[in-house]
Amino acid sequence: MSWALELLRAVVGTVLIFTGVAVIAAMFGVLLERKISGWIQSRLGPKHVGPQGLLQTIADTLKLLQKENIVPRNADPLIFASAVIVVPLAALLDYVVIPFGATRGGPLIYRDLNVGVLYFAATSSLVVVGILMAGWGSNNKYALLGGLRSAAQMVSYEIPIGLALITVAMQAGSLSTVAIVAAQTTSAPHVWYIITQPISFLIFLTAATAEVNRVPFDLVEAESELVAGYFSEYTGMRFALFQLGEYGEMFAMAAMAVTLFLGGWHAPWPGRPLLHPVLWFVVKLYVLIFVFMWVRWTYPRFRIDQLLNFSWKFLIPLALVNLVVTAFFIMVLRA
Amino acid sequence: MLLDWAYVAVFAIVGGVMAALPLGVIWLISPRSTYPQKNETYESGVPTIGQAWAQFNIRYYLFSLIFVVFDVEIIYLYPWAVVARRLGPLAFYEILVFLVILVLGLAYAWRTGALEWV
Repeated sequence: MSWALELLRAVVGTVLIFTGVAVIAAMFGVLLERKISGWIQSRLGPKHVGPQGLLQTIADTLKLLQKENIVPRNADPLIFASAVIVVPLAALLDYVVIPFGATRGGPLIYRDLNVGVLYFAATSSLVVVGILMAGWGSNNKYALLGGLRSAAQMVSYEIPIGLALITVAMQAGSLSTVAIVAAQTTSAPHVWYIITQPISFLIFLTAATAEVNRVPFDLVEAESELVAGYFSEYTGMRFALFQLGEYGEMFAMAAMAVTLFLGGWHAPWPGRPLLHPVLWFVVKLYVLIFVFMWVRWTYPRFRIDQLLNFSWKFLIPLALVNLVVTAFFIMVLRA
Repeated sequence: MLLDWAYVAVFAIVGGVMAALPLGVIWLISPRSTYPQKNETYESGVPTIGQAWAQFNIRYYLFSLIFVVFDVEIIYLYPWAVVARRLGPLAFYEILVFLVILVLGLAYAWRTGALEWV
């Protein structure tokens, strides 16, 4: 293939993923969140814009587009402005290695990197740079506290995530996401890794909730004490871009959990899948998204010492033990 | 291999442009009106006192420091994880030694109270 064609493919792929995530994850995700929170709290949620409130987020986006763009006098203008691009970009970089499904031509993925899992671990933690930039650049006490908390929290929960990812890589013998899906579904035992690695799955899900700063780990934003945390000073579309980054990151984490632990785009049984592979992927993805939202509207917030203790004194030792046990069984059973 | 990373680079560049697009749109259409109070730093409605760029809790720094150690160690586990099955017992015992050293570090940090939030 000539380089022009490759470039075209890459650009089209990027544009598709960006618009897809912006529409499905951010716009539809926000609506879903509001509907589910309403349902859990015995309310109706948005209802007036469009049928059953379906167009609510579109209306909100249009409103945000018309808002003034305010930069506080004391802020560092360059850092303040560039944080807005760093956060969504870092969240969206995760999608490079996520296989959304399969067609006759092969798996539907932007690029099947041979170090996919490592790449995911790296990009998913890049968000913290953007958040810290926003917190520092705002020169606002709430924002700075939010940014610092996010740094402490996200780095603490990155370690359990890394250790959980390693057990999966060990079982599959590869870091490529497509190969990991194949190892769960097309080769001999047909077992999803949620069955062989339940502890890793739980660690991943818990730490992912912390990585995307959602309740019960939302100290970074903590409306009741920090106003909105690191994005207190952002108005209009800049605020919307942070939301895009946040929801994009949440969907990326859920998609990665589907890929690593729930057999990716394959049906739970071998043979005829009944649904199109992409639909299977979406179904599993939304089950996990629902779990994230369910947790958010059920649990109260942690305190920062509890939060850090939970990671360093419970999750990390547990993940290390889990890693050693997995390594031991792989050595014994390798045959 | 190199082509893979070219793809990632294109993703990052095009993605950055796409993330900046809405900013361009608001630059064109958003209203502009300003008065001194509007550009104040938000502090729950009262006049802003001083700067936020002051001293803050050293604990945040300490946790980042421990993290760096752990994260670097985890990077070394990735290549081992891929070939663990092929290498067998020797690799397992070697990584066990590696992990024991890592755990000793965690135990030391725990014991000296570096993990306490006071």
